[in-house]
Formats: sequence, C-alpha cells, structure tokens
Amino acid sequence: MATLIKDGTISMNTCPSVSAFAAAVGKMEGEGPLANCFDYIADDVTLGESSWEKSESKLQQIAFSTALSKGNFSEKNIDVLFAGDLLNQCVSSSYGARDTEIPFLGLFGACSTMAESLGLASVFVDSGAAVNAAAVTSSHFCSAERQFRLPVNYGGQRTPTAQWTATAAGCAVVSPHGNAPYVRAFTIGKIKDMGITDANNMGAAMAAAAYDTISRHLCNTNQSIDNFDLILTGDLGKVGRDILMELFKKDNVDISEKHKDCGIMLFDPKKQDVHAGGSGCGCSASVLCSYILGEIRQGKLNKVLFAATGALMSPTIVQQGESIPGISHAVELSSC
Amino acid sequence: METFMEYFRAFVIGGGLCLIGQLLIDLTKLTPARILVIYVMAGVVLGGCGVYEPLVKFAGAGATVPLTGFGYALAEGVKKAVAEDGLLGAFTGGFTAGAAGLTAAVTFGLIVARCFKRGDKLS
Amino acid sequence: MEMTNNEYDKLTKKMSPDTKLYKTLPKAFFIGGLICCLGQALFNLYTFWGLNEQNARSVTSITLVFFSALLTGLKLYDKIAKHGGAGTLVPITGFANSVVAPALEFKTEGFILGTAAKMFVIAGPVIVYGIITSVLYGIILYLVQLGG
Repeated sequence: MATLIKDGTISMNTCPSVSAFAAAVGKMEGEGPLANCFDYIADDVTLGESSWEKSESKLQQIAFSTALSKGNFSEKNIDVLFAGDLLNQCVSSSYGARDTEIPFLGLFGACSTMAESLGLASVFVDSGAAVNAAAVTSSHFCSAERQFRLPVNYGGQRTPTAQWTATAAGCAVVSPHGNAPYVRAFTIGKIKDMGITDANNMGAAMAAAAYDTISRHLCNTNQSIDNFDLILTGDLGKVGRDILMELFKKDNVDISEKHKDCGIMLFDPKKQDVHAGGSGCGCSASVLCSYILGEIRQGKLNKVLFAATGALMSPTIVQQGESIPGISHAVELSSC
Repeated sequence: METFMEYFRAFVIGGGLCLIGQLLIDLTKLTPARILVIYVMAGVVLGGCGVYEPLVKFAGAGATVPLTGFGYALAEGVKKAVAEDGLLGAFTGGFTAGAAGLTAAVTFGLIVARCFKRGDKLS
Repeated sequence: MEMTNNEYDKLTKKMSPDTKLYKTLPKAFFIGGLICCLGQALFNLYTFWGLNEQNARSVTSITLVFFSALLTGLKLYDKIAKHGGAGTLVPITGFANSVVAPALEFKTEGFILGTAAKMFVIAGPVIVYGIITSVLYGIILYLVQLGG
C-alpha cells in the first residue's frame, strides 16, 4: 500500500516491478549513442502516416505494443494506461490508444510525463488499484515544431541554448511481481518558476524544479547522493545541467559524478546538431525504457533516481509575456 | 571592370544589410518576424526621406533585394500614386508597388504546397 | 533553494553559451551578399532583354521568390538558412520562404484552413506594418502637397 512519507514523497511498500519496457525512436535518435538499446528505429519518420500527429501516435503504439509483447502481456492484462505527450489536448496519446479497450488516463507534464506516468502507475499497482499498469509517453520533432515553434521547413537559426525535440516514445509496464527494476518511491514535483521567459532556454526554466525535487526526495527518504549510482534528469540539456550543478554546489553537494541527463545522452553533440541537447516527452522515455532500465535489470546499476523535467508552457502564454514554470517528478528505481 | 564593381557593390551593401540583421538576431531578443517588420518599416521611412534612393543607385540589387528594398518600393509606389491620384494614392500605391512580390509569393506558395511533400528536417 | 529570480537569471546568463558571432556574422554577410548578386545578375539579364528598370526589378523579385519557393519545396532553403541566418532571412527570398513554409506545413489541415489561412502566419505582420507605414507616408505627402 503506497503511503505518503511527507511533502509529496510516496513510498511503495510492495516495491512493484517494472516488468516490461520498450522504446521506439526516429532515424536521428537511432543514429545516436544509444542506437543499440532501442527496440524499434523508424527510418521513415512519417511512419507511413499522413500527418505528424498521427506519426507520433503510431510511434507511441509501437512502443506500447512492443513492451506488451516483451512482457508476454495481452491488452486484457493492463488495467490502466497512463499516457501523455506534448501536443494540445494530448492527442497523440488518446488517438494512439483509441483502438484499445484499456481504461485510459491522459496526462500532461510536458517533458516530465514519463516520470509522472511511471510514478502514478506504480502507486496504482502498489495500492491495489490496478494489477498491471502501463505508462507510455511520446514526442515527435515535427509535431512539436509546428505546434510550439515554426513550420518545419521555415529557415531559421536556433540559439545555442535551444533543445531538439526527440522523435521517440517509451513504455513501461508496472506489475506487482517480476524482475528488476523495482519502484521504491515517487516524489511529486512542485511547480517552480524562476522567471525565465526565453522559450529557447528550457533547460534553465527546468533546472530549479529538478533541484527542488531531487533534494526533496533525498531529504524525505533520509538518503544522500551517495546512496545512488545515478541521478538521471529528464532533458535539462547542457545549459540546464550546468545550472543544476551550480545549485547543488551552493549546498556543498557535488553531483557531477553521479548525474546524467537524458537530453545529453540521446544525441551525439559532436556529430548531431542538436545544440543544448534533446527534449520532449519521448526523450527521457526512450532513454529510460531502453538503456537505463536495461542496466538496472542486469544489475549494472543498483539504485537510480529518475527525475524527468518539464517546462509547462504554451506558445500562447509565452507570447503574452509570461515566464515559464518548470516541474520535475522523481521515481526511485532499484535492482533489488 | 565596371561590371565587376557593380556586383561587388551589390554584394557588399546586400551583405551589409544582412549583417545588421544577424547582429539584431544574435545580440537582441528580437524574433525573425520582428526583424522583418523593422526592415520593411525602415525601408518605407528611408525611402520616404529620400535616403534610400541613392543607395539603390549605388548598389542596385544589393539595396532592392533585402526587405528594406521592399519598403522602399512601397514608398516609391505611394509617392507616384499620390502625385497622380491625391489622397487615394496613399491607399493604392503600396499594394500596387508590392504586387509583384506578394502575388508571386502567394502563387508559388500555393503551387509548392500542392506539388511537394511535407519535409521532416530529420534526414 | 534560497535564490531570487534575479540571481537565478544571472546564473542562467553565466551558464548559457553565447552565439559565436565570428561564425554567424561572416556567413550572414556572405550568403546575403550572394543572393543580392544573383538579384543583380537577373536584373541585368532582364534589362538586357529590354525591360525598363521598374519592370526588371519586379521580374527579378518574382524570379527570386520562385527560386526560394522551389528550394523550400525541395527542403533545401531551411538547410541553407541554418548557416545563412539573417543572410537568408532579410532578402526577399526569406520573405518568400516565410510564406511557402507554412503553406506547405499546414496543408494537412486542408487547403482553406491550413495552407491558405496559415500562409501569412509569419509574413502577415511584415505586410501589415509595411503597408501602414506607406499609407502614413502617403497621407503626409498629400498634406505637404496641399500646403505647398
């Protein structure tokens, strides 16, 4: 039975298992450093669909169905599906799931949605509200670009702090029993707005939220950085990572050895022109649901704090001159 | 030599106008759309003051191809129309002068949208 | 975390890399200059074919807009613009790209509400404020004429 420790941190008493996981990515992500870890690489990023929104739905379906088949589940075994993406009204998720009969809960946490959905799925399974719960999120470069920025073929220059929305999807199935990884705790993020207004510097807008959630999780669970093998943030990118290091340095904590960022891991900064790094719901989802969960399952990583980060803005409100609020949810994963 | 100098002047002035635009992009928070608005308005004002015409004479396409040149054309059109039609010209001159570029953009825009596939920037 | 928005903003500025001006400026200058030279060549060609100066300039604009539309359709304009920056933004080819790119992108929403409605989503302000400035200029000219 999941219980609240304090201040947004929930501990799992049965430590449910992430029994199956899968990641599906686009061509560019499939040429990155983690290429060998993905279950599916789409050479054609349209995935044969007539719009980018449908392409993203398809990518999410592929991640979902691959995870089910890897865990020998059928759709009937899944009691609830938590799904999210970046698009207005979460259409990639709802259209991706419209052919299924699974009870569905759509989520929006911007790029933090993978941690949000995985955390909620774990709480449901741990408390008995579901036997098996699935968490799936996706993003697509082109669908995000046309909604948040400019038409894909518009000739514009990106600033050095800009991030590249990943074309990727990841799915994790949480079950009461099964192999590692196990979910031990979940810290719900608080909205942190430090007054950043530059929509091309999302790393900066999210770093404060990541700092808050990570330090709150450590404090509420009576742990320190030393208890973890890896502190994995969602998609802070290079700028956000540097700010996070500085924020911890002010507390005399050095996390640089233990910290990695999905946005930096997904692409090769030397060969791939992604500026500050990757972003999007699919970025942390695909890194987590391939390489990271795989390493934990094999026992190469024992304890990981997965803190996905999201910038909760819309183009409308940024045009109105508002600053960008960030959020970060953290899921503690372990191999035993 | 005369031809070379003609191209050289177009290159330097045209490049220079773009260089100013790049400085605006990199050093200010101005978005591309704002920069284009500034350029076209500056073209109208400079054209109206009679400052831009000597630049067109000097640099040719170097001054007419950048968007300030579009603004200059609007100003010239209005000037001509006001001389002929009075106040009505203030309303007809701009679009008349800009007609070629605008109509071309609409026409070719529609044709390209019809004939080409959406791009993905990912390959 | 005890930090004001102001301090956070300073930290952000310190950590955010600046644009490398020594790379962007020469590229913008060079590519912008080349597009203007192409314009000059077209203008010379059209005057050689007997067009007067005014018409030669118009046909040059049309030709440049055509090239830009074609390159946008072929997905090449944005690749050049990645390097060109303002060098591909400021010339009339950049204006054409800003019309053609949304026209192509939003055709998935149909030719009326997609392509046509979104066509001027970027270029619209340029036309609005260009025309408004020219109208103001015309009114001033007219008043000056009346006075003179």
